Amino acid sequence: MNIFYHIGRYALLISQSFSKPEKGRVFRNQLFAEMESLGIGSLGIVSIISLFMGAVITIQSAFGFESPWIPLYAVGVATRDSIILEFSPTIVSLILAGKVGSSIASEIGTMRVTEQIDALEIMGINSKNHLILPKLLAAVLINPLLIIVSMFLGMTGGFVAGVFTKAVTAHEYIYGIQYQFKAFNISYALVKTIVFAFIITSVSSYHGYYTEGGALEVGKSSTRAVVYSSLVILLFNVLITQILLA
Amino acid sequence: MIEIRNINKSFGQRHVLKDISINFERGKTNLIIGESGSGKTVLIKTMVGLITPESGEVIYDGRNFLLMSEKERKDIRKEIGMLFQGGALFDSQTVEENVMFPLMMFTDMSLEERRERANFCLQKVNLPNAHKLYPSEISGGMKKRVAIARAIALNPKYLFCDEPNSGLDPHTSILIDELISEITHEFNMTTIVITHDMNSVLEIGEHVFFIYKGENVWKGSKEDILHPEDKRLRDFVYASKFLQRLLAGQ
Repeated sequence: MNIFYHIGRYALLISQSFSKPEKGRVFRNQLFAEMESLGIGSLGIVSIISLFMGAVITIQSAFGFESPWIPLYAVGVATRDSIILEFSPTIVSLILAGKVGSSIASEIGTMRVTEQIDALEIMGINSKNHLILPKLLAAVLINPLLIIVSMFLGMTGGFVAGVFTKAVTAHEYIYGIQYQFKAFNISYALVKTIVFAFIITSVSSYHGYYTEGGALEVGKSSTRAVVYSSLVILLFNVLITQILLA
Repeated sequence: MIEIRNINKSFGQRHVLKDISINFERGKTNLIIGESGSGKTVLIKTMVGLITPESGEVIYDGRNFLLMSEKERKDIRKEIGMLFQGGALFDSQTVEENVMFPLMMFTDMSLEERRERANFCLQKVNLPNAHKLYPSEISGGMKKRVAIARAIALNPKYLFCDEPNSGLDPHTSILIDELISEITHEFNMTTIVITHDMNSVLEIGEHVFFIYKGENVWKGSKEDILHPEDKRLRDFVYASKFLQRLLAGQ
């Protein structure tokens, strides 16, 4: 019963956040501010993780493919597919669920417990629309760009590590990256990214918006936001993969 | 004028507001007093629509708030200013931006006009030099004054103040009380103040309503409250041992 209560309340909250903003200019400013905060603010961590993960995937693939029957360029193929299909869209989204999700839940949660949301409501402002919609749209717009950067840097990290450790030659790696490339995989990754971006912001906003109590509860909401958005991402990862790739 | 009629509100088994009916007059500071947990904040939140009562009516100058559509409520809320216990200032905005916020959302004023109005409101609350500071950089008393400035920015007809003196020193409390009283008379607002501070009652209480365990058990003025016949009110007014000794000495 409890889970249906939360799903219903979550659906209501998100549907109510999709209404016409009070002032277009204010909304636009908020949207750009959120894009900067959620996107540019996450660029550093996404870049570092992508570079190192790309490097590790390449080294591990080269280690696993030590066989005369497997061509060296397979290292490039494995790195490319691992990064495009799973690492960048899913793992980076899980990382963003930790960084962005906790930040959204604690920001909205703090506004709730300090009566800032009540103040918005009393002014006649739809607080759900004012607080949640810019974050949702910003994440849906900016996360695909982050993921594309992550893909590029992941493969770059793989190239540097592969060539530097002499696990693979530059030519073989680049040939592998291009070998039987399917553009659809990028579309699949971007669809996942957009869905995950929506999950991260909406689930975190839900936990923040319904925070009750004080500072301790804000912390708990923040933790719940990360846990539940990660779980929902994992669930939807399986569903989308089954729908698009099966 | 705001009239509330037969308001009832329960949370689970707890009956918090019991058939409360009060008239709050325009141009007066109407004080709601009572012990912590007596239902004062629930009452004020019910009046502004943050809590929905089980039964009753809230009438703003002849307009029944609880029967209004969401759009009508939105319109009436533009006539309401509210001062929250903690100020409820937006942390991410400067003092000036906080005061300009309702103007930005609900008027077509240019930035210059908004600045001018914010400046006027901040001067009204004696904060002429805090424009660029953030809420985290100002004291509790200053936060309350900024919150008052924000509440009056749209020239509201109705002003609600939830424990405006909580956490303030006696001197700042008096300043805030005087400010609320002054703007009430100057702008002819219907002002409702929740408090359990007897100094405020004696300072600005033109109409005082005593809530006891969710019931409105007494109404009168600051002059009447010092000689209450109701034992519950007497216990509340003379809760301090100092005042009890003073009363015994009389």
